[in-house]
Amino acid sequence: MVREPALHESMMRPLAAQAPESTVAPDLAPLRRAAAWRVPEVIFWLIPLIAYFLFPKSLSLLSQIAITALFALSIDLILGYAGIVTLGHAAFFGLGAYAAGLLAKYGYGDPLLGLAFAAAVATAVGFLTSFLVLRGTDLTRLMVTLGVAMMLFEAANKATPFTGGVDGLQGVEMTRLLGVFGFDLYGKTAYWYSVAVLFVLFWVARRIVHSPFGMSLRGIKQNVARMPAIGAPVHGRLVAVYTLGAAYAGVAGALLTQTTQFVSLDVLAFTRSAEIMLMLVLGGTGCLYGALIGTIVFMTAHHFLSDLNPQYWQFWLGAALVLIVLFARDGIMGIAQRLQARLARRATP
Amino acid sequence: MTIIFDGLAEGMLLFLISVGLSVTLGLMNFVNLAHGAFAMVGGYACALLLSRAGIPFLLAVPIAAAAAALAGVILERTLYRRLYTASHLDQVLFSIGLNFMAVATAHFFFGAQQQPFVLPDFLKGQINLPGLDIGIYRLFLIVVGVILTVALQWLVGSTRFGAQLRAAVDNPRVARGLGINVDRVFTLTFALGSALAGLGGALGVEMLGLDPGFPLKYIVYFLIVVAVGGTGNIKGSLLAALMLGIFDVAGKYLVPQVGSFVIYAVMVVMLIFRPQGFFGRATTR
Amino acid sequence: MSAVLQTRNLVKKFGAFAATNDVTLNIEHGARHALIGPNGAGKTTLINLLTGFLEPTAGEVFLKGYNVTKLAQHQRVKRGLARTFQINRLFADMTVLESVTMAVCERLGFGWNWWRPVGRHVAAIDEAADLLASLRLIDVANEKTRNLAYGKQRLIEIALALAAKPQVLLLDEPAAGVPTGESRELFETIARLPHDVTILLIEHDMDLVFRFADRISVLVNGALLTEDTPEAIASDKRVKEVYLGEAIHG
Repeated sequence: MVREPALHESMMRPLAAQAPESTVAPDLAPLRRAAAWRVPEVIFWLIPLIAYFLFPKSLSLLSQIAITALFALSIDLILGYAGIVTLGHAAFFGLGAYAAGLLAKYGYGDPLLGLAFAAAVATAVGFLTSFLVLRGTDLTRLMVTLGVAMMLFEAANKATPFTGGVDGLQGVEMTRLLGVFGFDLYGKTAYWYSVAVLFVLFWVARRIVHSPFGMSLRGIKQNVARMPAIGAPVHGRLVAVYTLGAAYAGVAGALLTQTTQFVSLDVLAFTRSAEIMLMLVLGGTGCLYGALIGTIVFMTAHHFLSDLNPQYWQFWLGAALVLIVLFARDGIMGIAQRLQARLARRATP
Repeated sequence: MTIIFDGLAEGMLLFLISVGLSVTLGLMNFVNLAHGAFAMVGGYACALLLSRAGIPFLLAVPIAAAAAALAGVILERTLYRRLYTASHLDQVLFSIGLNFMAVATAHFFFGAQQQPFVLPDFLKGQINLPGLDIGIYRLFLIVVGVILTVALQWLVGSTRFGAQLRAAVDNPRVARGLGINVDRVFTLTFALGSALAGLGGALGVEMLGLDPGFPLKYIVYFLIVVAVGGTGNIKGSLLAALMLGIFDVAGKYLVPQVGSFVIYAVMVVMLIFRPQGFFGRATTR
Repeated sequence: MSAVLQTRNLVKKFGAFAATNDVTLNIEHGARHALIGPNGAGKTTLINLLTGFLEPTAGEVFLKGYNVTKLAQHQRVKRGLARTFQINRLFADMTVLESVTMAVCERLGFGWNWWRPVGRHVAAIDEAADLLASLRLIDVANEKTRNLAYGKQRLIEIALALAAKPQVLLLDEPAAGVPTGESRELFETIARLPHDVTILLIEHDMDLVFRFADRISVLVNGALLTEDTPEAIASDKRVKEVYLGEAIHG
């Protein structure tokens, strides 16, 4: 039993003194500057400005895109960043839509109050259901989220006196935004309102994903078993992000109600949950701009193709989904990044 | 009593369609939301064979199942195979995509309307007992369901193929090492799942109707059966489907204002307290 | 010396099978304690009980004299108990610096901070960089974990555990799967860890165990067979019987 003296001695020495000199200076810049705004981002946010002047007659479509983009953002936080699979995210969109609609119908038509109320309702339900959803495997999560959404759909469907059932909720009347801007027929106020809310919440989401909290979500998605071992409470983080995603979806739903002054039953439909997931996957999950770009591409294509022929649209939508899953799992953003990497490599041989 | 009987029949029908999903989801661990599309293939095949080709019902049903199986084999060989090791989310997205394509295709060829469907005379009518009206077709469904359950139990539990299948699912690499042709076993199993879907679809036209929206309309029900019954558990699926059928029919007859709410609630509660399914084994992953 | 990590009559049953059977263990402060035993002896189960990944059927775990039996994994980490995994559990799509910074942030209690970007937690980044330098990982700091060689990834396992500044470090076969040449380097790194960090090591390579440990516990069929100095263990007949066929170096 002979121990190697050198090894034994070295054990006694403190860590720092033993640290071997590194040949490369540590380059901390990539991490330190990860959250800085970049030029393409600034350009991206000019799009809503330009679109306003280029397509003044399509403002209602453009508002819809902004609202749906916010909804896509909400599922990106849950699914893209934290990896919580869901087939029923429309539940929160619909809750927000009905909450804002009912509040306005019963006399409180202030838009911002409506947003706050919708967010509060969606937050509360999101928080409560998170405990159901976060148990179990992916498959259970898919089923439970689906089940919760279907329950809400049936409830809204059957509670006709309250929600209007299949006929939708009528009589939603909004007062002026901030007491100044009335909702006009051309949808100008609606457009700027939707874009402004989207931008503010995007900015908040951007802060969140770059924060230690946001980083821990990525950690959970990439290796859930490791997180407790570095001292992170996984369940608490997931409850937090699920609730946050629900709140975002609720705000998106409220925006739709307020800008259209109507709530249709299909705000809660399964197809809405499926389609929003699709837009996210199309753009690229786990990337905020993926959610936005996926929505823009999807909604634009939908607008032009489904006018042509709804079946045609549905078929190619399905085909696109199959192809994305098989060949481009990281969506448009992933393809863009790969192209960029290839160009960079060509530039520096 | 009639409610219970009708519920049993509806449950049996749900079972006939869902058991195929139980096979693909439970035994192959593939979340195939396009299961309803295979059922629809069976449904259209059967309806068209009856109405346009004039083929007798009892012959049309197996042909319909075969058509669905064929569709299953083709898609398994070309597409599904690539996604066996993918995440459940990818499988969900992929199969929703297939659903959309199937719905659009059915729409394109057959139009949006319900398919006309006429049962042969010997399956029409009722047997009236005191306090119980037995629809003959419903009785027929129950009988077919029972026969199928027994046959499947035997196939998976007691045959060489069943043993190969279970080995291939548990550990494909070891199974391959043992000389099992895993690819072929998976293809055959998928074909079996599709055939069962097609069979259920064909038998279900009479009660569920058939239009291009079929794959999306009923997928939730199929999933509930499998989720509640426990994936890959044939007996569990049967009991879950029967329960679901009785609940659904009873709900619709007795408290129509509640609608399907009860069923979804039951499913969520089930999943929370028994995530492995009501009859599932506690140790399965 | 005082025991920093203790178990008292720890039992874990899977059905009728006792994977851990009445284990009472004392790990002294500053010890280099090795846990050995044949395959299936329940070593990893014991680690999982210590860290809180599994809940014991009976018995208790004490960390620095405090009963932690009911605490969740992350709470035990906060109290100074970190571990590595036998099979890598890393963040494949993060850079090395990112993952270690994340771990440092968690230790510093920033994990719930949802507003200030990680990049502005300068102290955490610097600490992570220092840690990477001490483990000779700094030149790959900005590489994605998935692109690194296996040996390097094993070092990240250790870096993530050290980021928690543990007083007790559980190493579950740190050299598993690492080529012989590299495993020596790995153990030199482990041997250099500051001595006030108590280490409990699971390792199959007896050569490494006997060079590294000052205390060895032998686990057989879930129960402790014996515990003693390496010298005494090496000459213990019962241990030799257990390892019949496996050579004991010394």
